[in-house]
Amino acid sequence: MKNTISHRVADFLKNFPPFTFLNQNDIEVLSEQISIIYKEKDNVIFAENDETHDSFYVVHKGAVALRKGVKNDTIDMCDEGDIFGLRPLIANENYKMEARAYEETILYSIPIDIFRPYALQNKDVGNFLIQSFASNTTNPYSESYRGKLYGETLAGDLLDNTPQILDIHPVKYSKKIVTCSSATPVKEIAQMMTKKNVGAILVVEDKLPIGIITDKDLRNKIVTGEYPITSAASVIMTSPVITYPKNLTTTQAQMAMMKSNISHICLTKDGTPNTKAVGILSKHDVMVSLGNNPAVLIKAVKRAKKYKEIKPIRASIMQLLQGYLDQNIPITLTSKIITELNDVCIQQVIAIALKKMPTPPPAKFAWLAMGSQGRSEQLLQTDQDNALVYEDVAEELKEKTQKYFLELAAHVNKGLFEIGYEYCPAEMMASNPKWCLSLEEWKKLVHHWITNTGKDEVLLSFIFFDYSLSYGDSELANKLSDYILEDIKANPVFYLHLVSGALQSPSPTGFFRQFLLEQDGANKDFFDIKRRALMPLSDAARVLILSHSVKSISNTPERFEKLAELEPQNRELYLSCAYSYKALLKFRTKQGLLHNDSGQYIALEHLTKLEKIKLKSTFKTIKELQEIISIRFNPSNIL
Amino acid sequence: MKNFFEKWKTILFDFLTITKKPIDESLLHSVENTRFVVLDTETTGFDYDNDRMLCIGAITLKDGVIAISESFEMYIHQEHYDKSSVQIHGILRDLVMEKPSELEVLQQFLTFLGDSIIIAHHTIFDITMINRALERNGLPLLTNKTLDTAFLYKKTLIRSNILEYKDHYALDDLADKFDISKKDRHTAMGDAYITAIAFLKIVKKLKEKKRKGEFLLKDLFYY
Repeated sequence: MKNTISHRVADFLKNFPPFTFLNQNDIEVLSEQISIIYKEKDNVIFAENDETHDSFYVVHKGAVALRKGVKNDTIDMCDEGDIFGLRPLIANENYKMEARAYEETILYSIPIDIFRPYALQNKDVGNFLIQSFASNTTNPYSESYRGKLYGETLAGDLLDNTPQILDIHPVKYSKKIVTCSSATPVKEIAQMMTKKNVGAILVVEDKLPIGIITDKDLRNKIVTGEYPITSAASVIMTSPVITYPKNLTTTQAQMAMMKSNISHICLTKDGTPNTKAVGILSKHDVMVSLGNNPAVLIKAVKRAKKYKEIKPIRASIMQLLQGYLDQNIPITLTSKIITELNDVCIQQVIAIALKKMPTPPPAKFAWLAMGSQGRSEQLLQTDQDNALVYEDVAEELKEKTQKYFLELAAHVNKGLFEIGYEYCPAEMMASNPKWCLSLEEWKKLVHHWITNTGKDEVLLSFIFFDYSLSYGDSELANKLSDYILEDIKANPVFYLHLVSGALQSPSPTGFFRQFLLEQDGANKDFFDIKRRALMPLSDAARVLILSHSVKSISNTPERFEKLAELEPQNRELYLSCAYSYKALLKFRTKQGLLHNDSGQYIALEHLTKLEKIKLKSTFKTIKELQEIISIRFNPSNIL
Repeated sequence: MKNFFEKWKTILFDFLTITKKPIDESLLHSVENTRFVVLDTETTGFDYDNDRMLCIGAITLKDGVIAISESFEMYIHQEHYDKSSVQIHGILRDLVMEKPSELEVLQQFLTFLGDSIIIAHHTIFDITMINRALERNGLPLLTNKTLDTAFLYKKTLIRSNILEYKDHYALDDLADKFDISKKDRHTAMGDAYITAIAFLKIVKKLKEKKRKGEFLLKDLFYY
């Protein structure tokens, strides 16, 4: 039945092969028979050796992991628009892999009986399918490159050789080609390249590539004075252009660049210079698809023009994190690098959001990250906690200014959501009018917390006082920090509340030193490492560091290290707190990566004996620390 | 003395049977095994007496699957027409499209609906609109069980003093929170689709919240 929803489905499908080869009407008819399926994270769509379903699947939203073998290695990751589960239907055999929702996912299931006639009639559809079957995955390009990337492997070997699983993406090249004619003046070319932020421009004639000009050409031929800046493109271009077909593998691309000592390859329709150019592949693109080093990832993030482009880079960051943990690189260094990368992602999201606004900001502002991101301890993606502070403006501009920043914050929150940060369930986000205030309003609010302290105010202070600047004016953030420290000094009673809050975290172990597990809810019988082990340490560190009026250190281990310096008599304890915190954080991160979640809840039966002992040894430190602060901030000692 | 005990026994017995309300047997099934019909209506306005339905859009939901071939979207021929609501639903009076009579649409809709559980956003509005129309056409009123995503959504929110709660959560709020595309918003079927996806995400959240035992239909009805 043709209706609004079938139109919606058709609208989506027409953008992805093999549906791109069908005409609009056929897609519409096909869409009427499709079912929309919702899968929660970790739901199995089909298991290995299951009998085939009567439909195959297209990912509409989310991601599906295809796994195989005893070790359950991920063979492929299907993203929006990818098809899977088709080959067994056509080959008439059972499923050879397991398909499982990697995150919350919406699928379109397409009945094979409806689809088959199109595959038989339409040559392009047939070719696409043959190609993808020959390579045994959803995307023919990804597999061909993958085999080459890790040396020639047979299909069987794949099972034992899949450590860098998430690397299996096809070479991404830029499809938007910047071109000029052979008569274009060099100065104009340089302006164009700057505007489009590209390193190379293609010189075309009748749409065919006749030459290429790169940054290097401009440097070597113009800046050196060899040719005047008024020269035409044809004078300095490198010609003929080295061209390749677009389904080039990464290795081939690398070889080609090395062989001809060039940094850009032009991709054309049939691989010769006699057909239309379809894309440009730069050394940078190859580096990105080859892998993961922070510098390349940062560069890739900074190039992103849409939120969506940042998401796959975040997957690479997680992979990098896994690698660091596997290689036992110190957690301090690891968290520094990962935090830096996370910050760059957030900054880029804000930069993109700013471009979406009709005008530049009416006043200076600072975007503050709160909670674990603020403490630079967020290795895994968790909820977003953020706030915005802007410069005080004249009375008559107040309303307009707040409206602007609320709108900006709404864009940023949505962008962060799109790259993988869940919305904060308590609405502690800058798009909430309560968390998007001018400096003066923030001061008033903070003063209210400090002087009228109840349970909620302590909780709010705990979350808010760990902020760090993500983007914008550091002066604003600094002024607010100074104000907070002064105000607390003037109101020492506030410490009492902070301390009682810090001591309220539930104990990690019971009377017999057994682990205390959660009693109910979805995480029944799990150990809550965040609430029972990490929070007591970070809460205590905050109270102690505030009492020394130290600002702008928000990382918990760094706070303890600073405290060890300030209080030599407790040096040993503080250092062991710093150590414990790092150990716990590493522990949580490993668990989170293992289960693709925040790592907050740990199933004890999956831990080795050694791991349990390690965990428990940190609890002793927590206890000692809590004793110290409960004595030091005893009411009679303060007032 | 014996009489006294007998008397108390009956009182106690009555008391127990009263407090132990019999649970509707039909609600002891799993959510996955139940057929839901998610619906939305576009109307000329909000007045139950004077305004009329222009379109009914509905989709079926079973075990997390929405089969497009089993959906319902019919525009209704109406004499009453209110220009002011056109900008919301975009249904022009003389829109060239097949528009059968109200009676015909209602009859087809009842067949489609069967005894499924109805889900909508602010369900009371759509149900009343449909019931008024049924009444006008001399048809029996709906007896189906109903669920309201506006109400269910509130149950998913964490309890926190920091969070400010709204009295009414619009479909737009849900779409934003759950990242559902607002394409086709304010068409009956587009809204029904958004409501269906929101419902699935709500059930997922409520399942996580449930303390013990299997999550059953009754968990959506009783709190």
